Amino acid sequence: MADVSLRKVVKRYDDVEAVRGIDLDIADHEFIVLVGPSGCGKSTTLRMIAGLEDISDGDITIGGDVVNDVPPKDRDIAMVFQNYALYPHMTVAENMSFGLRLKHYPKAEIKARVTEAARLLDITDLIDRKPKQLSGGQRQRVAMGRAIVRNPKVFLFDEPLSNLDAKLRVQMRIEIKKVHQKVRTTTVYVTHDQVEAMTLADRVVVMNKGRIEQIGTPNELYHKPATRFVAGFIGSPAMNFVPCLLEDVGGKLNLRLTDRIAFPLPPARAARYNALPRADKLQLGIRPEHLTESHAHLEPGVETFDTVLDVTEPMGMETLVYFTLEGTPVCGRVNPNAGAKDGAPMRLAMDLNNMHLLNEATGLVL
Amino acid sequence: MADVIVEHGRVVGTTGARKRTGLHNALRRKSMVAFFLTLPLIVLIALFVLYPALFSMHLATLNKSMQKFVGFGNFTFLFKRETFWMVVKQSCIFAITAVIFKALIGFIVAHFVHNIPAKGQRKWRGMLLVPWVIPPAMSTLAWLWLFDPSYSAFNYTLSFFGVGPIPWLGDAAWARFSVILVNVWYGSPFFMIMYLAALKSVPDQLYEAAAIDGANWWQKIWYVTLPMMRNIIAITTLFSLIVTFANFDIVRILTSGGPLDQTQIFATYAFRVGIESNDIPLGASVSLFMVPILAVAAIFILRDVSKRGNEA
Repeated sequence: MADVSLRKVVKRYDDVEAVRGIDLDIADHEFIVLVGPSGCGKSTTLRMIAGLEDISDGDITIGGDVVNDVPPKDRDIAMVFQNYALYPHMTVAENMSFGLRLKHYPKAEIKARVTEAARLLDITDLIDRKPKQLSGGQRQRVAMGRAIVRNPKVFLFDEPLSNLDAKLRVQMRIEIKKVHQKVRTTTVYVTHDQVEAMTLADRVVVMNKGRIEQIGTPNELYHKPATRFVAGFIGSPAMNFVPCLLEDVGGKLNLRLTDRIAFPLPPARAARYNALPRADKLQLGIRPEHLTESHAHLEPGVETFDTVLDVTEPMGMETLVYFTLEGTPVCGRVNPNAGAKDGAPMRLAMDLNNMHLLNEATGLVL
Repeated sequence: MADVIVEHGRVVGTTGARKRTGLHNALRRKSMVAFFLTLPLIVLIALFVLYPALFSMHLATLNKSMQKFVGFGNFTFLFKRETFWMVVKQSCIFAITAVIFKALIGFIVAHFVHNIPAKGQRKWRGMLLVPWVIPPAMSTLAWLWLFDPSYSAFNYTLSFFGVGPIPWLGDAAWARFSVILVNVWYGSPFFMIMYLAALKSVPDQLYEAAAIDGANWWQKIWYVTLPMMRNIIAITTLFSLIVTFANFDIVRILTSGGPLDQTQIFATYAFRVGIESNDIPLGASVSLFMVPILAVAAIFILRDVSKRGNEA
């Protein structure tokens, strides 16, 4: 087990920069998830840590040693691939023990390690089967088993759950978390699914266009996003962004959304935003769960407004409501018993204590 | 749709209508349709493969003048002749050596071509296929010229190094070497193109997984490439073994089986006794003797293929 760090790591393909100078420190035992849309450079970053891609610039260290020019086999890492990459002509046991056999481990130890890993992953009964005879979930377990038996310094996962159906994905997600709790190996996990990132990670690295947008715990990213990209990427349904203005009304700071909707800001928020130039083009960022049905006893900082719903989506435990504010589509989350109907008027409440204010030009959260 | 037709048939109620219904039912069975669609091919195969095969079996049981039935007489006659057993031995040496070298060279060249960047690869692939697409009768004539003992390019070049002149086709050992060399030259591109296709079908991630598991290039070939290509290797080898065993043109043009029948193989020997010595039944018997040898090889090679199936 070891820590991993990336210093100003760059990957260039001819003229295209896929990864643009990344700095990242991963502590020993930590579970890090790299998340971002396709083409953001997350898989390339992982493959550079694995040694499957050369780095164009910068340094990668594993356990304190610079590994820039060390081939994958000497980096003491294990990787789980999206399509499992199991050797089709080998049985499960042979697949799992392949790395150990190449390193000429004693037979007894190989057997012990494979048995232990199979027990951990609950695939003891499958040990003599070929990959062809396994389901997707079972193959994924074998791929993980192959990584575990090696007892490497670092585990690398490249979108390991993308090929599984939704139900199995949730199940395997929990399995991966359990395995990490048991073996505690430093893990770098790549996914485009923000739910996987939030549920698995100790810390999440959000990447966009070859750069790191923000690094933080899942809660930090959700509640304190640094940029509009992170705010919009993390959370489902996504955060709403509504153009807005700040205005001073009678010595108080008001947030104006439309000609007819303007709210006084709660004191804490007013103090935070007071210094901002009033002419800046701003956006209000508000998550759907902070746009709910109105009721009699509202907390301070929660303001109501009337709107006409376009569409409602009953989800069972909640109903998603869609409407527009000055042409901007907005989503809210209301109680299923609140009486939301397609095309019907409704009074909604906005919790300004949980609002975000973004600079439209820079995309930064203020 | 079909129900309506049946109803219609009943209303008319004649024997003709019943027959039509029967035909319709027959056509509705997929196996019948499939049979009719393959019928042209079946007829062609029966005409050009099955009939000659059966007819040669029939021929092999006749005497030289093709007037009398002699049963296995031709075979017992052949088994007593030393030349025949020499032909069996030479055919095996020729076919097995040539196939081994074709497979080896094909495998190595396929690897080189596979690693050429995609842009230049087509050009190389095309050039390397040239020996295989030239009619062997023509290219062998060129080889015959190259092998000529007195004024050929080979011996001329070797003379600068103080070697030779080598009797390429005049000495038994050299003649065997030469016919195998030309056959390897002609057949390697086939292996190359088959192996190249197989190489392209091995997913890159398997090599990446192997690299991370600690395999060096040789271990990647041994543990990933070869097992993934096993079926293609087996089928290509079998196919090439059959074709090489039955080879005629290269040996016929280069040596005509000489010197002293030392390069004679089944097909050329069958031609010699059947056509040139005018004993067609005996020639048929010689060529039929290839069948049991190839059948044994086929059973061994294909048994493994069906056992493994498609593991991917």
